[in-house]
Amino acid sequence: MTAQVSTFNAFRATLRRDLLIALKRRNDLLNPIMFFLIVVSLFPLGVSSDPNELTRIAAGTVWVSALLASMLSLDNLYRADYEDGSLEQLLLSPQPLYFMVLAKNISHWLISGLPVVLMSPLLAYMLYLPADAYWTLVLTLLLGTPVLSLFGSIGVALTVGLGSRGLILAVIVLPLTVPVLIIGAKAVADVSFGLDVSLHYALLGALLAVSLSLAPLASAAALKISVN
Amino acid sequence: MSHGSGRSAAESSRLTVFLPIVSYTPATSFSHRLITKYTAVISTATDPDQTSLPPLLQARSLFCERDERVLFSGLDFQLQAGDVMQVQGSNGSGKTTLLRILCGLNSSYEGEIRWQGQDIDEDRETFLASLLYIGHRVGVNKILTARENLRWSCALHAPVTDAAIEQALAEVGLAGYGDVTCRNMSAGQQQRVSLARLLLSPARLWVLDEPFTTLDVAGVKILENLLARHAGNGGAVLVTTHHQLDLPCDLRRLNLDSARLDSLT
Repeated sequence: MTAQVSTFNAFRATLRRDLLIALKRRNDLLNPIMFFLIVVSLFPLGVSSDPNELTRIAAGTVWVSALLASMLSLDNLYRADYEDGSLEQLLLSPQPLYFMVLAKNISHWLISGLPVVLMSPLLAYMLYLPADAYWTLVLTLLLGTPVLSLFGSIGVALTVGLGSRGLILAVIVLPLTVPVLIIGAKAVADVSFGLDVSLHYALLGALLAVSLSLAPLASAAALKISVN
Repeated sequence: MSHGSGRSAAESSRLTVFLPIVSYTPATSFSHRLITKYTAVISTATDPDQTSLPPLLQARSLFCERDERVLFSGLDFQLQAGDVMQVQGSNGSGKTTLLRILCGLNSSYEGEIRWQGQDIDEDRETFLASLLYIGHRVGVNKILTARENLRWSCALHAPVTDAAIEQALAEVGLAGYGDVTCRNMSAGQQQRVSLARLLLSPARLWVLDEPFTTLDVAGVKILENLLARHAGNGGAVLVTTHHQLDLPCDLRRLNLDSARLDSLT
């Protein structure tokens, strides 16, 4: 069998396995999306129910909640594998580790990122986001949430061997992911004012390209350190 | 490699195993400097085969310390095709560390490890393709079923068919357990799931860390037979256990306690 075929097989098997585990752990599957829904729906109650005020904060609220929901679910990414020894098996695979880590990150995004993207128009409606900004919100989240998973993975990989790591994870991951939040929220706000946002799309696309090509390598290196 | 020549080379080098050798390496740490004894590397190689055929796995002057304590120093040994080697030593003597170093999971060591004459860091893919490691934590996810676990861990190397998985499970005494979630299995049964990988993998080198701990009498017998069969097929096994191995083939021993004593005197 050629090397490419077996690498693709291993990639597919890892993706399938992680999705299967997520489907079997229903609570963890629902956690990020429930968190996202609850946080966003608390804003009208806590801040104001005035449509004008809500319109102003809508973009930022949805984006901040998406970022927090992604971070909340990061912990599951490598922890169980580290504890049961599967991570060692992954690292001892003769396949390029880049693709194995990428498979795990993609599955994390499919579980935590994609539902947030799909749910966002509903919440935007609840927060009186102008109708012409809906597409921008969905598109920026679609470009941005994979970056959150990919960068977040580096932080989890670095801290997976530590006993308590609640805060340190945020300290490592937030500086990497905050630019995504700023650009994404700004794009949605700007489009509500009728401004051109093609630059924002370009920046998010660039961030996605960079994180897709480099973040799995950094995660793989970090995992090797963590099991050492 | 012809099976016969591998065995004869193994026999000729058998002596080296019992003699952990302290060799001089440039002092890089404090504890290293404490080691003043210098012993020439003793070669027992008289068989011409050994020069033409590099040993499967060769470790030279391995040194490792943890928390200012030398675990082993100047450790030399080699594994030929057909060898089963038991790593012995008291608790905390560095058995697990040694195995992890040999697999490349732990890089805090000095010395040289070669797989078929090639440094394992240089040609990592070839080495990993020939390696099967089962650690303390056996790599069985509790949420997945036995079959799903095996499907994945095999696919990391080379995919196997479900029929092959079924057969391997039957051979380790888990016939009909393919669809059982591993959480509902006993520790010994989970261990057996990981042992089924031995049957499914084409790897030549098995590195097993305490594979006997949770196994019952029948399980021990199955595993012992697997080890002997693998050695008979030209494979090599490195295993840590406190269990008295009763193998139908030869067993070599590497004692880390005496290795450390030698290095301190």
